[in-house]
Order: sequence, then C-alpha cells, then structure tokens
Amino acid sequence: MSTVHPSIVYDWLRHDKKFPHVWCPGCGLGIVLGSLVRALARSGLGKNEVVLVSGIGCSGRLPVYVDVGSVHTTHGRALTFATGIKLAKPELTVITVMGDGDSTAIGGNHLIHAARRNLDLTAIIVNNQTYGMTGGQFSPTTPLGARASTAAYGHIEPAFDISALCATAGASFVARATVFHVVQMDKLLLQAITRRGFNVVEVLSPCHTNFGRQNRLGSQIDMMKGFKKAAVQASRWDKMSESEREGRFPVGVLVDRDRPLYLDSYKRICETAARLRAEGQI
Amino acid sequence: MHKGRAKLLQGNEAIALGALAAGCNFFAGYPITPASEITEFMSRELPIRGHPFLQMEDEIASLGACIGASLAGRKAMTATSGPGFSLMQENLGYACITEVPVVVVDVMRAGPSTGMPTHSSQGDVQQARWGTHGDHPAIVLCPATVLECFELTVTAFNHAERFRTPVILLADEMTAHTREKVALPEPGEIEVIDRRRPTVPPDWYVPYKTDGSLIPRLADLGEGYRYHVTGLVHDERGFPTERLEEVQAFSTRLFAKISRNFPYLEQVKAFRIEDAEILVIAYGCTARAARAAVRIGRERGLKIGLLQILSIWPFPRRSVEAALEGKRAVLVPELNMGQVRREVLRVNNGRTQIVSLTKMDGSMIAPDEILARLRELK
Repeated sequence: MSTVHPSIVYDWLRHDKKFPHVWCPGCGLGIVLGSLVRALARSGLGKNEVVLVSGIGCSGRLPVYVDVGSVHTTHGRALTFATGIKLAKPELTVITVMGDGDSTAIGGNHLIHAARRNLDLTAIIVNNQTYGMTGGQFSPTTPLGARASTAAYGHIEPAFDISALCATAGASFVARATVFHVVQMDKLLLQAITRRGFNVVEVLSPCHTNFGRQNRLGSQIDMMKGFKKAAVQASRWDKMSESEREGRFPVGVLVDRDRPLYLDSYKRICETAARLRAEGQI
Repeated sequence: MHKGRAKLLQGNEAIALGALAAGCNFFAGYPITPASEITEFMSRELPIRGHPFLQMEDEIASLGACIGASLAGRKAMTATSGPGFSLMQENLGYACITEVPVVVVDVMRAGPSTGMPTHSSQGDVQQARWGTHGDHPAIVLCPATVLECFELTVTAFNHAERFRTPVILLADEMTAHTREKVALPEPGEIEVIDRRRPTVPPDWYVPYKTDGSLIPRLADLGEGYRYHVTGLVHDERGFPTERLEEVQAFSTRLFAKISRNFPYLEQVKAFRIEDAEILVIAYGCTARAARAAVRIGRERGLKIGLLQILSIWPFPRRSVEAALEGKRAVLVPELNMGQVRREVLRVNNGRTQIVSLTKMDGSMIAPDEILARLRELK
C-alpha cells in the first residue's frame, strides 16, 4: 500500500471547520477519522464523489471534519438516508459512520435490511461498547457482566457480535479492525470503500471516559493494549480451539463474497418495465 | 370538464399521478392501509421512467431515504397512514430544520393506534401541525375530491420546493378510496416549481445564507458544493452552533419564510357564502358532504354556505375571518372531536356562534346529518 503524504490527508480535511474535534482526549474516533481520510486519499476518488453520512452519538460528529458532502442525520437512521442518496445518485460513493448503539439498537432494523438489500454502501461501525455521548449507558455490545450507568449491578444481557450479525444478514464484505491495528484498518477501509455491495467494517474503539472508567479498565492506552492482546488475525482464528478463543476476537476480513447487487438488479427491472410500456403491455 | 380526457380514478391514484406530474422522481414507502395504492402505483410507474422506487423496512426508513434522495437532487415523496405518520415525526423535524423539500402523504384512518384501518377519520389534523418535537412551521394540504388529490399533490411539491420544507398532503380514507370520473390537466397546464440551486461557484457557496427571500439555495450532493447538513441548529455555513444570536436568527427565519407567505399559502373554496346566514367550514371528505348539504338546503330555502379549507396549515386565518363576518352561526363538521373547531374559535374571537358536529364511529358525516344540525340552529 502506497504511503500517503500528510498534505494529501490535510487536503481531505475541512479547512473552514475549526479543530480540535469534539471527542475526549484519547478517544479512538480521531484514529478512525485519520484512517478514513487516508483510505479516501488512496482510493483515487475525488472529494466531490464522496458523501459521508452519520447518525447520532460521538461517531455522528465524524463526517463534519471531512471535506466532502456530509450529512449528520437522526439517531440510528444514517443507512436510510444513505440508501436514498445512493439510489438518487448511484455515481456517488456513500459511506456511513455509526456507533454501536446507533447501528445495532435504534438502527438495528436498518442495518440488517441494508445488508440484505446489498446496495453499494460502506458502513463503518465504531464499536466502543457503550453510549459514550450520553454518559456510559449499556449498549447492545456491552459485555455480559460489565458495569454501565444503567447497569450499576452488572449487565445481564448478552452482547451482539456486530460482524457476525452483518454477515448473517447478507453483507458482501465484513471486516473487523481495532484502533490499535491502524495499518490494517487503513487497508480494510480502502477495501470496503472501493468494493461494490454492502460492506461493513467494525472498528473496536476505546471509550475510556465512560466504559473504561466504570469497568476499571485504566487509561485509553491500557484499553488499546487490551485490544492488542485480545485481537487475533482472522486466518489464525479459524485454526483456534474454542478454549483458545475465550475472551478473544478475530480481526481482518471475515466475509468477502459476491452477492447480487441491488443497483444492477434495479437497472434490469427498469429496462424490463420500460420495454413492457413501449410494447404497450402495461 | 374536458370529456375527451375523462378517466375513472381513485384518490390514491390521483395522488400518485399528481406526484409524477409535479416531477416526483423518487419514492420510498412502507405498506399501510389505506395508503398502499400510492406505493403500489409508484412501484409500477417509476421503474418505467428509470427512477428509484424503494419499499423500505419501515416508515422511518422511508422518510429517511426520501430526505437523502432530495439532498441528492431528487423530488421525493412517501405515503402512509396514521401509525406510519407517527413513526415519521422525528425525520419530519429533521427535514424542517435542514430545510429539505419532501412530500409526505398521510391518508388518515380511524385511530388512535391501529384503530380502524379501513375507516375514515380526520384525527391527524393536529398531529400534522404539531407532531414533530420542537416548535416549527408546517404546511399541510387537505383534498376533498379525486381531482383535488391530483392538484394538491402538485401544489405540495411546489410548496416543498419553493419553501425548502416538508409538505404534508393530509388525505382521508374516504377521499383516497373514492373512484370518480376526472379530467386531469395536461402537463403544459400545470405549473411546476423547482428549488433554487446555487448559481455561484462552489467556493462562494454559503449553504444557509439567504437573500431577501429568506430561503437559502439548495445544492445537490455530489455537484461540487461540499457542505455539511445537520439536524443540530446550525449557522449559515451549516455547522452546529449554540451562539445565542445565531440560534435565534435561525429559528426566526425558519418561521418567517413561511409566515411571510401566508397570503400565498392560503387556499380555500367558497360555495354560496355571499348571502348565507349560516356558514359551514369543512375540509376533506366532510367538505364534500357539506357541499351536498348546502346544495340541498338552498333548494329548501335555507340561507347556508360552505367555506372549504384546502390549506389547513398554516390555518387560513384571513379567509376564515372574512367568511364568518356577519354570519349568524358557523358549523364545523369533522371526523374528530373538534380539531379544526378550536382553530375557528381562535379566529372567531367571540364574533359569532361556533357550533361543532363531531363523529368518531368510522363512518362519514352524511349531508343529512349536517342539514339536521343546521336546522337546529334556526
């Protein structure tokens, strides 16, 4: 992968929006932003060809920093807006940035249907295992037994595996990265953005301010080290036994397959409909 | 009526045809009685024209897709009924604050909740005005005939494009499922308004800066105008702001762009009101019954007239005020417990007697019922 000169990265950031960003010092979202911008710079796409769409929460604030068309929508609904934008202008590359609560709780229905539909969209799901912006309540990915602002006595619900959920729902491409594995994240994001179909990259990111503090996980550095320790490359994961997998998770490309593309199928029915009308059959 | 062009059409079909005539080139919806015919019609017609049609996973997604498509330059519409309309309220507010043109059809059915899906009601009048949270303006149109279904859908698109705001077409089950012979206007006879797009180069574009019209120009996504859209209160550049003076100026403009155009937005039809002693104010399917009641009553020597409201929000205060002047009494029949009566009371401000005729059994108010109530006022 070619290196990206800092000036090119700088070119993709919005100059009329004042940094620093809104996130807590040490938050992983800044790393995701950097990775996304590098992937965009490498993609060969022009800034006018990309639209970033987000929902609500800490991750919702990401698109505003990128110098592309950016739409900060309602909570959980980023994929619905993105679906409208993509169908309205198929030539655009449409990327959504969502959080775990955003994409799998309030927006869970939209996520599985977007995966099933297989429209050409990229979904970056930043999973910090909590609702960070509202103060650390439990989310669908909060681990069993963890503490949260709304689980003072320990969390009693099992967690979603976002990547497995998207794979089952039909996504063409599913990958997992962590903000510790930045080089890999750069590659995975580039792959997802430049590939057709519904493509998901789940990024594990620390929320030391809320999730970390409530669960005594230490600083953001400690949490990043935790990702390093628990992450296993997908190629190795398949050879591991159940006991070896305990407390760990695979990173890398988890699903990469060709499924019928919505836009191609829709184009076909448009042609059929137009022909039937021309022939006077409808 | 031009007899040569007469067609037998259902209200819902006329709404779909009106949308196409107004340039609708994107539709996303979710099945619901009694609005499904609109979605079905669009699913057949849009692919023929090469335009997107989507059946989404719910009504929230349907309106989200429409707003996204509109931002990318399409003229988008969705159609639903009460339960779905309730689900759309949050995104409706998003379209308000981001000033995105979109048309939402709500074919009212008896409620609340699942209510009686195949029965008529006019229970969503106040929801259409106040449903989404936060104070906001609303434009809502109410057809009473199949032809009005067509015409007001065209108007809804024109208002949405002109004022950069969501517009609601508030039909009812009775009107939407009525079939009647109508002659639709030819394409050349229809005024179609498109949003104003920026004419300045992208570098000069300030997305929410306005000229004298109070309505900013809207750039399509992907046309070189790279800007930010957010449901947070934003400054002229589209970026979130909490500066008091910017927030107040934004909110003031959001209302002023509508309130400054009240006269343009008022749409009523007066029927024999000049020498009337008693006035009926009605809308939707009830206006149709009221018109019949006035016709029959006049034959029997009753001095009665009808003011039919088509633009239900903003409430047509000037027209209602003028019409009730000098009347002995005003009757407001409606299929709810008095949602428009309270508006008439407000405008009336004690001038004359306002009488309500309400019904919520799922059936429509018949002309005879209106006549009987009018006779009681004698």
